[in-house]
Amino acid sequence: MNNLVEIKNLTKTYHTKKEEVEAICNISLDIKEGEFIAIVGSSGCGKSTLLSILANLEEKTGGQITFNKKDFVIGYMLQNDCLLDWLTILDNATLGLDIQKNKTKENVDYVKKLLKTYDLDSFKDKYPKELSGGMKQRVALIRTLAIRPDILLLDEPFSALDYQTRLAVSDDVYKIIKKEKKTVIMVTHDLAEAISLADRVVVLSKRPCQIKKIYDIKLTNKSNPIENRKAKEFSDYYEKIWQNLDVVI
Amino acid sequence: MRKSGKISTLLSDKEKRFNLLAFITQISIIVIFLLSWEILTRLGVINTFVFSSPSLIIKTIKELFLTGHLVTHLTTTFLETAIAFVLGIVLGLLVALILYSFKFIAKVVDPFLTLINSLPKVALGPILIIWIGANTKSIIVMALLINLIVSIVTIYNGFLNIDENKIKLLKSFGATKGQILRKLIIPASYQTIVSSLKLNISMSLIGVIMGEFLVSKEGLGYLIMYGTQVFDLNLVMSGIFLLLIFSYILYKAISLLEKKLIKE
Repeated sequence: MNNLVEIKNLTKTYHTKKEEVEAICNISLDIKEGEFIAIVGSSGCGKSTLLSILANLEEKTGGQITFNKKDFVIGYMLQNDCLLDWLTILDNATLGLDIQKNKTKENVDYVKKLLKTYDLDSFKDKYPKELSGGMKQRVALIRTLAIRPDILLLDEPFSALDYQTRLAVSDDVYKIIKKEKKTVIMVTHDLAEAISLADRVVVLSKRPCQIKKIYDIKLTNKSNPIENRKAKEFSDYYEKIWQNLDVVI
Repeated sequence: MRKSGKISTLLSDKEKRFNLLAFITQISIIVIFLLSWEILTRLGVINTFVFSSPSLIIKTIKELFLTGHLVTHLTTTFLETAIAFVLGIVLGLLVALILYSFKFIAKVVDPFLTLINSLPKVALGPILIIWIGANTKSIIVMALLINLIVSIVTIYNGFLNIDENKIKLLKSFGATKGQILRKLIIPASYQTIVSSLKLNISMSLIGVIMGEFLVSKEGLGYLIMYGTQVFDLNLVMSGIFLLLIFSYILYKAISLLEKKLIKE
């Protein structure tokens, strides 16, 4: 498979009043088309910074990022759903299209189709406060998919949800992503989530973060995230990654 | 289900009785206050020359009405307040938008805003008269001085309290500064802006009455001031009474408007 994104020697340094803080130190990573990559690391290690740089929300200090496709579109999904209370679900889902002045009939129909496929059709004229947490997260994903991104960047997409909803929604989101055949980079601090969802898990060191190790996740009978947790290799990976994280309490 | 329904109506009955009792007590307080005022003045315990009396106030208002002055005074104060109110909201919103859009201006202006905000604006009254003249313009500027700063600060703080993540989301779609303002900042601050109306109307009225005290030929503030100067306490008390009713009606009207605007 082709490399969709190539990151070479990426560095990021923040300047505060007192000192220079090195957040990312020399990261190189290739992302293949259709791949699901999870990035794990201790909190504050700079993993979210990495996503922000990829999403063009922050400037990189050094290195190169190459997108091997013309008119590369990036979809970015944040921790909480960030739905706007005063817009209907359909308007929320087409927000990205609206901002990019791309709200053509064809695109809106595509969003409507997505809403229908993912059981939100009857809610499209309702407002966010009438939806459950899991449904809102699905709308947020559809809003991201609406601009037809070549890659999805998920920044701890489920961390605002309670544990049970989180399992169900990650299952949901995984199915949607696989069905729409999207390439994904997800940042998380939940190792079980990373192993059960991803094809590869990238472990980052403490700040300034570097790639410590990359695990190819090979599970027997790999299916959906909840089932994947039952695979016999699951706990092995968990153990290894956990040790690599060198968490200090 | 039926049982719980019964309990809830029982509760609301209790609540109704509680509210009714409170209402009756409120009315009684007013009646007792007015009656004892009236009786004490008739008995000569209280001097009507200094304290006036309810019947004299009613008589004075009636005279004012019959001579046509009442309507003039009321419309004058109302127009001044309305102009100051609208200007305050429009300018407040505009300045808040500028401060939000240009971080540098906000940074520079911040200490000055605090400085002006802490100054009792009444102190500027005499200067206004000299600069602008002894006319209605001075009164409106006075009211603006009082309501504008409050509006700016309230609306601007509303802007600042908007979820950073939502701004990040719009930026990730490549939104321009203008789009972020139009699609997010302004609609998200709708409630803040509407609630600032209530504060603004009280401030405008304070400013207008203050201004009328300093310069005016008509208006409720003028009525009170003129009454004091000629030592006609009936006129002063009537002015205060009219102002009380006037400000209450304005406040209620804005509250109603607020309820209507916020209800989706």
